[in-house]
Amino acid sequence: MTRSHRTRRIAGAGAAAAVLALSACSASGPGASASAESGGQGVTGTVTVFAAASLKESFTTLGERFEEEHPGTEVAFSFGGSDGLAAGVNNGAPADVFAAASARTMKLVTDEGRTAGSPSTFVRNRLEIATVPGNPHAIDSLDDLTASGLKVVLCDRTAPCGAAARTALAAGGVELEPVSYEQDVKSALTKVELKEADAAVVYRTDVKAAGDKVEGVEFPESAEAVNDYPIARLENAPNPSAAKAFVALVKSPEGQEVLGRAGFLTP
Amino acid sequence: MTTGREAPRKARLRAPGRGVPLALLVPALLGLAFLLVPLIALLLRAPWRSLPEQLTSPEVWDALRLSLLCATTATALSLVAGVPLAWLLARTDFPGRGLVRALVTLPLVLPPVVGGVALLLALGRNGVVGQWLDAWFGVTLPFTTTGVVLAETFVAMPFLVISVEGTLRAADPRYEEAAATLGASRSTAFRRVTLPLIAPGIAAGAVLAWARALGEFGATITFAGSFPGRTQTMPLAVYLALQNDPAAAIALSLVLLAVSIAVLAGLRDRWMTAS
Amino acid sequence: MTGIEKDSEHVPDPAGAAEGLDARLVVDRGSFHLDVALAAAPGDVVALLGPNGAGKTTALRALAGLTPLSTGHLRLDGVDLRRTPPESRPVGVVFQDYLLFPHLTALDNVAFGPRCRGAGRTEARARAAEWLDRMGLAEHADAKPRRLSGGQSQRVALARALATHPRLLLLDEPLAALDARTRLEVRARLRRHLAAFEAVAVLVTHDPLDAMVLADRLVVVERGRIVQEGTPSDIARHPRTEYIAQLVGLNLYRGQAEGHTVRLDAGPAVSTTEDLSGPAFVAFPPDAVTLYRERPAGSSARNLWRCEVAGLETHGNRIRAELTGELALAADLTAVAAAELDLRPGAPAWAAVKATQTHAYPA
Repeated sequence: MTRSHRTRRIAGAGAAAAVLALSACSASGPGASASAESGGQGVTGTVTVFAAASLKESFTTLGERFEEEHPGTEVAFSFGGSDGLAAGVNNGAPADVFAAASARTMKLVTDEGRTAGSPSTFVRNRLEIATVPGNPHAIDSLDDLTASGLKVVLCDRTAPCGAAARTALAAGGVELEPVSYEQDVKSALTKVELKEADAAVVYRTDVKAAGDKVEGVEFPESAEAVNDYPIARLENAPNPSAAKAFVALVKSPEGQEVLGRAGFLTP
Repeated sequence: MTTGREAPRKARLRAPGRGVPLALLVPALLGLAFLLVPLIALLLRAPWRSLPEQLTSPEVWDALRLSLLCATTATALSLVAGVPLAWLLARTDFPGRGLVRALVTLPLVLPPVVGGVALLLALGRNGVVGQWLDAWFGVTLPFTTTGVVLAETFVAMPFLVISVEGTLRAADPRYEEAAATLGASRSTAFRRVTLPLIAPGIAAGAVLAWARALGEFGATITFAGSFPGRTQTMPLAVYLALQNDPAAAIALSLVLLAVSIAVLAGLRDRWMTAS
Repeated sequence: MTGIEKDSEHVPDPAGAAEGLDARLVVDRGSFHLDVALAAAPGDVVALLGPNGAGKTTALRALAGLTPLSTGHLRLDGVDLRRTPPESRPVGVVFQDYLLFPHLTALDNVAFGPRCRGAGRTEARARAAEWLDRMGLAEHADAKPRRLSGGQSQRVALARALATHPRLLLLDEPLAALDARTRLEVRARLRRHLAAFEAVAVLVTHDPLDAMVLADRLVVVERGRIVQEGTPSDIARHPRTEYIAQLVGLNLYRGQAEGHTVRLDAGPAVSTTEDLSGPAFVAFPPDAVTLYRERPAGSSARNLWRCEVAGLETHGNRIRAELTGELALAADLTAVAAAELDLRPGAPAWAAVKATQTHAYPA
């Protein structure tokens, strides 16, 4: 028991190092001075947000809004796989906010008592089939993916999108052998964008973010595999007041509107 | 590289009054520690108790078998094409040789993932070359074991070329001249004289290439994807396991480590000191 | 100068079957310029003699086809070889350090040539075994080169070169890699093999003894040019450059002759027995020089010069003194004489040479 617990910490340490390196590079927004006074709410300085990769587009937009609304603040993002981010938080990475792509990954952090208060679900995401533009193989359902000669990629079961796809396939009673289990949702999507694969099962938000490089096909079984996205302030946050304000922005109607445009569903 | 050349150096270290200067010793030991401590940590924190159970899973053996098969095939491909390429670079003079040499070494500095994307663009189903392979022969390379071999060859061959080219440059070209005066054409001289002479360099290059191919991750997962038994090699399995089961990842790493050490030690004894 | 510069450079030899070697080797490489003409009949052994960097090895490589000719011609038994690649030339080479293939046994080294020239494996090996036997190396047939002594390696290299039945055998410093003792024995053996060789042999050496023992004819090359050629005894008697004089152990000077006196370019005059006029060489061997500590009062020698000892070295059981002063010269004397004269570097000395011991000839 203790042994496997310890090993997890080693693996996490590696991930944390990578995460720190990433966050150093991803500080966004204008180089506003951290000491500048904010608009009377006492929010100032840098707020560091660890967020799931699928949140990249919408959170970047929200970060800019936040900096506009609170002059003198700066939002530093670290986007990545929820597992790696959770490991980083547990190993003491100096983050203020954690937004995960699944309840399971958030639980890794709450189990260690690293969150301030309990996490709350702020959006949900559901699966869609991404096909090459024009959908030349006329894919209309999960069952169509089993057609012989069709090259389909799925996420590996260790990634949230892979776990969700398995649930959906099981719900539809579809047995599918993909050509590859990709390590995350973006690589799965890339294979379709490059037309190396004919279709992939990914998040609706990813299809939207890919623009006209892929075409999305909805399928009813996706309702069985909806991902909850929880967000939480962190116990050891260096900037608790800014963390509070950022979480508030995400949950506000304004934040929900931005997320909704990216294809996320309200909880 | 050969033990023959190392022997006098060791003797000098032991000679009385010839101490190793501190300015060399301290950084050398630091470097050694830096390389060894992570490996030791891996051993210390390995889930020894659950190891038997981890190692008996068929997935591990599938991944290991695939890794060894692909790395060995990639090394063979590298030898077939890389040795002549090294000869061309070392022994002939053609316009743009310097540029070709630089291009050959490019995969050494290219991030492997970029190499994988480049392979997709070249040999993928819609790639510059791949679309014709698909149209004329019905051959598609991504997501196949062949794709894994190609991705590994792409990153491993430069190691072999560089190593063999260096050996060729150091080898006395007059042996080839001697062969010529005895009536050997250039290709005969290469086959019967040069090749045996540079065998130790080729062996060293092949070992480097094999080791590089065995550890290949980025280009493989990008070009060939990941499917157990078909394209999921050990490094891919390790990476995916790391996401939710670090204990399994460490177990897999240990297997890879043990196999590499066994093969390299075996080769060193039998092959690299042979001539 | 060489006596073989025909005007037929671009015209094929009408007879078409002039046996032996007829070549003018011109190689331009940056600042180095080689231009030597060589002719030899089958059975001839020609030595290219010259100091390091004179271009001897370049000439050899040009003959073998390893270095391309800038211009000139190269005919062997009437066949133009200029455009023939080395592997197609009927030329065998013994390289300076032999270049035996280290991964092959002595037998396979010798069989290499016959194999490349089309013989089957068994036939090539049989022929190789025959050659090794002729060289007295039958019991070393299975040895790898690193197990062979210097002399044995040299013989394997010779067997390897001869096994292809070349019409031109080239030897680059064939004895240079050997120690003094083996050299004596190998030289004698090599002489027998070369004497028995029916085609043309050209050897390159900087050792006059090797050249004189092994070759019928010497061609002396300095700075890419032939400076003298002839039989060994001819060259030993009438050296025409400082280098050759030193090689054959003579003091050599150039000057203007007037009757029995040659006024040297270097300064003093030398009395001789020959009666000459015009440009001339004067030569005398070092052991013709007598040294004195004080100016000899009653010496009959008219050739007397005031010198200073520059250096001393042992030559066999003799001591050679290098002198500077009125005339730079080398003198040989016994160890006893050297001790009696208390010779040491910097010591003054008078050098005398009898006119009868000098030899003058037109330049």
